Amino acid sequence: MSLDPATVRRIAKLARIRVDEGQVEALRADLNSILGWIEQLNEVDTDGVAPLTGGTQMALRLREDAVNDGGMAEAVLANAPDRDGDYFAVPKVVE
Amino acid sequence: MTLTDLTLAQARDGLRARDFSAVELTEAYLSAIAAVNPRLNAYVLVTDEAARAQARAADAALAAGDHGALTGIPLAIKDLFCTRGVRTTAGSRILAPFVPPYESTVTANLLRDGAVFLGKANMDEFAMGSSNMTSAFGPVASPWTRRGDNRALVPGGSSGGSAAAVSARIALGATATDTGGSIRQPASFCGIVGIKPTYGRCSRWGIVAFASSLDQAGPVARTVEDAAILLGSMAGFDAKDSTSADLAVPDFAAACRRGVKGLRIGVPREYRMEGMAPEIEALWQQGLGWLRDAGAEIVDVSLPHTKYGLATYYIVAPAEASSNLARYDGVRFGARSAGGDLAELYENTRAEGFGEEVKRRVLIGTYVLSAGYYDAYYLKAQKVRALILRDFTEVFRSVDALVTPTAPTAAFAQGEKMDDPITMYLNDIFTVPANMSGIPGISVPAGLDGQALPLGLQVLGKPFDEETVFAVGAALERAAGFTALPGIRAGG
Repeated sequence: MSLDPATVRRIAKLARIRVDEGQVEALRADLNSILGWIEQLNEVDTDGVAPLTGGTQMALRLREDAVNDGGMAEAVLANAPDRDGDYFAVPKVVE
Repeated sequence: MTLTDLTLAQARDGLRARDFSAVELTEAYLSAIAAVNPRLNAYVLVTDEAARAQARAADAALAAGDHGALTGIPLAIKDLFCTRGVRTTAGSRILAPFVPPYESTVTANLLRDGAVFLGKANMDEFAMGSSNMTSAFGPVASPWTRRGDNRALVPGGSSGGSAAAVSARIALGATATDTGGSIRQPASFCGIVGIKPTYGRCSRWGIVAFASSLDQAGPVARTVEDAAILLGSMAGFDAKDSTSADLAVPDFAAACRRGVKGLRIGVPREYRMEGMAPEIEALWQQGLGWLRDAGAEIVDVSLPHTKYGLATYYIVAPAEASSNLARYDGVRFGARSAGGDLAELYENTRAEGFGEEVKRRVLIGTYVLSAGYYDAYYLKAQKVRALILRDFTEVFRSVDALVTPTAPTAAFAQGEKMDDPITMYLNDIFTVPANMSGIPGISVPAGLDGQALPLGLQVLGKPFDEETVFAVGAALERAAGFTALPGIRAGG
């Protein structure tokens, strides 16, 4: 599988990273070389193998469904680039 | 002998005997940082006033006979650990303005035990790198140079600042993290000890996430015993991390004194890579000889899927990173770049806030998770990951630990291996399988190459059997008698 420029632009859009037209070719070459190298996994027979999804072989714990945190608006908003009262502020979304 | 020459265990004993005060020890380190750090760039932030206050509190505790495991011990904290009220950047421009309102569990454990924090250590951006060249705050220089060649070398990565600081004696120990080798490879390059414990041994809560199924915290230190003391404080169950192991923390320092008599040590034949430096092969054989002399039995074993570890890693880690890094949107915290509308704000923020390597990995991760490609890449990688784990599980039925080189080369120069990403990725070929399978691994300095650069040997162990890893690591350390020091260091 080889990426074309349109796919690079589409991935960048999905990842919400602006990619200028001048960067597309270099990025396409980089990504293709990494993906080409990854193709070696096709040599491995994985028929009937269950995928390993996590780093631990332990069952995840469940906790009691109870409120154990909250009421910290100032701490939550302390790092906001822009705020309006107790809200995060962003450019207008709906006209 | 100056105070910065003491090991952590010696400094701890000296503090308890009141041979010197915690304030004196911390001042010695702060002076050393002022003298040496401008040449290394190992710290991105020095918290000298807070360190002095912590040292005074440590002296009060020592005077009252009320000390913890690390009272008065000065440490560097990798800038991936959130520290309350202290800027935490993950080496990224996008987090340059971030001041966490909370403390990571690992650093909270260290503070509980009385540690003094000297400052935040430089690192590859979001822990993505093996050279510390991707930091938004500039590269770290290794305190080591090749004989007769003063070009700056890399300290390894991603925990390059932590490793350089400990090696140059401008920290007594440091926290680090390891997603594909980021504790062990820099430890090997800098001639120090670094252990990645079993996945789940240290809480990930409050550590900036890179690849959540692989990330694990651990210490870098000057000796195996020092690493054991630090890990003993860092580890432990934490209800705030759903993958944290609810197991008692053993006495790791005691395990260092166990010896290896009667242990079966496996040598995986697939780690004998084509093109590996002959001196690394020779050091590996020497290490096995040392263990044999100490009473261990050496056994050839096979881990057939070793060669696929890296390619598997470069699907799983970017996929998890692309999800984890979605939170950096310029809205709730971190840097924001202006945009005409919300979508443009996101795209500009992430284009300007992330460095090239981070963008590359987020894009790869986005692609392998995207509709139509998920099965071919991500699901395939998870299946190969299962086979890598199965290799280890089978081998550990017949051996107690494995010994391999830590990295295929010694440290390289800043700017080398930068031409294409895959050359850089190959650095982690011997370390990645432990992350894929969650098992513990330590790197111990074992010798110097022909250019007088340190080389490490790696010990891998069974899940949650760090004690055997420490026992074997300490035996290698005793036999190697590694006393070489870097040219750039405190008092050097």
